[in-house]
Amino acid sequence: METLRFLLKKLIEDRVALLGALLILLLIFTAIAAPFLATFPEDIAEFHPPNRLIAPDGTFWFGTDRMGSDIYSRILFGARITITIAIIAIGVSVIIGVPIGLIAGYYHTWFSDLLMRTSDIFLAVPQIVLAIAIAQTLGPSIENIILALSATYWPFWTRLVYAETRSIQKETFIEANIALGASPIRVMFMHVLPNISSSIIVRTTIGMGGTILTAATLGFLGLGAPPPSPEWGRMIAESREFLPEAWWYATAPGLAIFLVVMGFNLFGDGLRDILDPRIRRSVRHDD
Amino acid sequence: MTTEPPQTILRISKLRKFFAIRNAWNRRIGWLKAVDDISLEVYRGEILGIVGESGCGKSTLGKTLMGIHKSSGGEVVFEDQPLVNLTRQESRRLSRQLQYSYQDPGASLDPRWKIRRSLHEPLVIHSGLDYQERDERVKSILDAVGLPQGHLELYPHEISGGQQRRVGLARILTLHPSLIILDEPTSGLDVSVQATILSLFLDLKKQFDLTYMFISHDLSVIRMLCDRVAVMYLGKIVELGETETIFNHPRHPYTQSLLAAIPVIGGERITDNFWLEGEPPNPSALPSGCRFRTRCPNALAICAESDPPLRSDWPHQQVACTLAE
Repeated sequence: METLRFLLKKLIEDRVALLGALLILLLIFTAIAAPFLATFPEDIAEFHPPNRLIAPDGTFWFGTDRMGSDIYSRILFGARITITIAIIAIGVSVIIGVPIGLIAGYYHTWFSDLLMRTSDIFLAVPQIVLAIAIAQTLGPSIENIILALSATYWPFWTRLVYAETRSIQKETFIEANIALGASPIRVMFMHVLPNISSSIIVRTTIGMGGTILTAATLGFLGLGAPPPSPEWGRMIAESREFLPEAWWYATAPGLAIFLVVMGFNLFGDGLRDILDPRIRRSVRHDD
Repeated sequence: MTTEPPQTILRISKLRKFFAIRNAWNRRIGWLKAVDDISLEVYRGEILGIVGESGCGKSTLGKTLMGIHKSSGGEVVFEDQPLVNLTRQESRRLSRQLQYSYQDPGASLDPRWKIRRSLHEPLVIHSGLDYQERDERVKSILDAVGLPQGHLELYPHEISGGQQRRVGLARILTLHPSLIILDEPTSGLDVSVQATILSLFLDLKKQFDLTYMFISHDLSVIRMLCDRVAVMYLGKIVELGETETIFNHPRHPYTQSLLAAIPVIGGERITDNFWLEGEPPNPSALPSGCRFRTRCPNALAICAESDPPLRSDWPHQQVACTLAE
């Protein structure tokens, strides 16, 4: 409770991080309230060819696309897809990556090396390429995007947790608890993990931005949810043939991706400053 | 002390702890003999001092006994139970009885845990007591070490160094151990705080029937507190005996020089023989024969031939020196 209040206070002081937090909150709010905010909620699936490619006006706030659907409404529902992909993919990565890093860092045996080399192999393969391979083999769908992202993202958490575990292991209180008779599981999950949690939280927040960007890229390449799903990356891909005349077509989803990724990055940087003062963002000097 | 023969609580025989020295390719290129064939008995109810320079293996000895370091050889018998190569269950049961107090007990507390939770932890691990019972035990121990109940709600960084030491002690005492290894328990404290901590040790010893192994480099503290002293030099015990005997009649030249190094205001030196010169040799490349001969003013050719064992030629005193008389 105190920690939460402290966090909130620090966050309000840090304007940039606050902006990030607001952007994230906006995304979440949009995703939840999409059916109420959308002006044409049925346009996700319905086509109105007579209305195709209308520039933004009072009725169609962000204009319409090649099928005559309202882009504003589609963006709102796209937020749901984006947030689902990001949360599940990151969640799976954390669930896989953190325990592996913890075990590999805690024990000093050949098994730790095996785990770390495995994660190195995953890191060595370019993310997008592996994701394309998975999505291509299993067919384009949201589930496969999530699978592809999870499979490529977990090593980042493994590496982070491994390094942090190794360094915190040298602290006396870890050794003292082992000497006291605490089991390895107890030491790992009750002493090591809580003491490195801030780095994990920071990494996860920043990772969200990266995941959303990669998900949009996969969508752009046509590997995400099949049409007519209002996936932001796919919307940009569709808009290419109508540029530059239908400038609004690419602008809205582009801006949405930009703002959301920026939101997570700013918030992550701010959190790092608050939780992990060892690595500070460069401080601007007033002249 | 009583007149009945002393009862052994801990018997160490030929205990070794070697650390491998590896080169850049992780090949072993030598051994660092931190604890080299140490044999020692600790009697129930006594305070045994372990004294020596930094890096002589005092702390390693303590940590090897605790199982924090795996021993490289030798035997340890604690409360009539062998202490080496135990299964986890056995070592858990014994670790209640044998506890180790860190040089900086404050650092042995999880910075994210309140004092209350840290004090509950040993009982959570080792006993089936419920929260109420544990809390009672914790509170009574807290009284014993002289801390107010209010401290239970604080984090380690919110209390002073002396108080952290008390918390560290309380944490160990909750399990009612019989032997506590105190590793430099007074280093880094004000002299006044040192004094109160030392008298706290004596009070607690009486109250809980404790035996202490007191690791320190502070000779005046050792003299004040300990019944017996073991003097260590580069992983070996060079002199062992009753405190008064050793302080009044040191027979090993190393002990003699250590004692000469105690500054005494206005008084004459305990022994006025000579000062210890130079640095101890690299423990990974020990000299042949007696390991002290490179710094020993009495060294003769015979000293390079064999490593002298502890000789019990004197009452209450054992010395590892060929030339001692």
